[in-house]
Amino acid sequence: MTPTALPGRPGIVQRVARDLGPGSYVNLGVGIPVDVLPLLRHRPDIFVHSENGVLGMRTLDPDEATDDNMVNAGKMPVGAHEGAAFFHHADSFAMMRGGHLDACVLGAYQASASGDLANWSLGRPDAANTVGGAMDLVVGAKQVWVTMEHLTHQGKPRILPECTLPLTGVGVVNRVYTDKATLHIVDGTVIVAELVGDTTFDELVDITPVPLIDRPVEREQGQALHPRQVG
Amino acid sequence: MDKFVPTAQEALADVRDGSTIHVSGFGSAGLPVDLLETLAEQGARDLTIVSNNGGTGDRGLARLIAAGQVSRLVASFPRGADTKAFDEAFATGRLEYECVPQGTLAERIRAAGAGIGGFFTPTSYGTELAEGKETRVINGRGHVFEKPLHADVALVRAWGADALGNVVYRKTGRNFGPVMCTAATTTVVSVEHRLAIGEIDPEHVVTPGIFVDRVVVDDPHLAVSA
Repeated sequence: MTPTALPGRPGIVQRVARDLGPGSYVNLGVGIPVDVLPLLRHRPDIFVHSENGVLGMRTLDPDEATDDNMVNAGKMPVGAHEGAAFFHHADSFAMMRGGHLDACVLGAYQASASGDLANWSLGRPDAANTVGGAMDLVVGAKQVWVTMEHLTHQGKPRILPECTLPLTGVGVVNRVYTDKATLHIVDGTVIVAELVGDTTFDELVDITPVPLIDRPVEREQGQALHPRQVG
Repeated sequence: MDKFVPTAQEALADVRDGSTIHVSGFGSAGLPVDLLETLAEQGARDLTIVSNNGGTGDRGLARLIAAGQVSRLVASFPRGADTKAFDEAFATGRLEYECVPQGTLAERIRAAGAGIGGFFTPTSYGTELAEGKETRVINGRGHVFEKPLHADVALVRAWGADALGNVVYRKTGRNFGPVMCTAATTTVVSVEHRLAIGEIDPEHVVTPGIFVDRVVVDDPHLAVSA
């Protein structure tokens, strides 16, 4: 296994970028996921979808002017690769629900061993919740990848037997990228596909209250997404 | 036929209290700030606004909410940076808010414009946003029934239009505009450019004029982002 060069959030971002194969159509959510975008600056073979109506999004050049009508899902200014396309919201969400995106990468509060995801509500009745496009993405993308810190700021686990926060989707998560590991969720089983930095399997077990399967063979094979292989 | 109206005031003069209003825009992209400012001055009250966001700063949708003209907001993502007007109105109970997943919001509007009486979507199945809604298992997968979302008035911002009401948009400013144009009794489009008939290649028309009732050219003094 190639050691991960960067710890923490930069490492999460780096590993997600590494695992996106050529020819894939992918949506990068607000938060950690959209930080993958600069790493794809010179990868026009990866088509980044933004829910607000662009396929082929890229970061701006250093000297490139911003444009009020050219923003990503976080309302930040972006550019478009040659060959990009614009479309309206109903078409944009048809791409998601219709199963046309190879992967979506989302931030999360919690994920469960069976792939449930909680990322839109902290369950406070006095707060107005903001779901955005998350529920549409998780039911439609072929792969749902979640990025988050392994533990909360209070040191509590985010990967749980069952989510305690309101759900975004049921049984939808395929992978979890944290600052400690990359986990694959396959039929309700959580497989440790990658250990990050100095983390050992035993240490991961200590901070992850769900059954973990150590599958080094799977680690050796790498995890790149190659959705458009021909032949 | 000439769908251009000389002023936004004239275009919005007949908006009544209690109306449901679609407002295009994702952040500032495609947001009809001119029309919202004019509606704030026009004074219609008890409005239901259907829009992805909840307005920022103190102009446009935020101004309408702060002035107490909005009683209900249907949105997917109303909170964010500088959403003080929404936050205050919601916290004090002056504003009812319905949270709708963004794709369901777009499709409910599309259904209204396309004459569809509702649809089943897997989005939100098994979550609290599906509570109280009819569900059905289709091909082994849970779906939620969603109803069309029609409006009395749609306020949409675009790049340009001709006198027949054919509309073209700019980049991600397109967002909710095309579906909202189809789903209102009266659709008002605000544009940066008045185009001559024939100037838009028919292959490039995004919203055909049949969906548009009135067109207003933006006041250049107001045409900044908000």
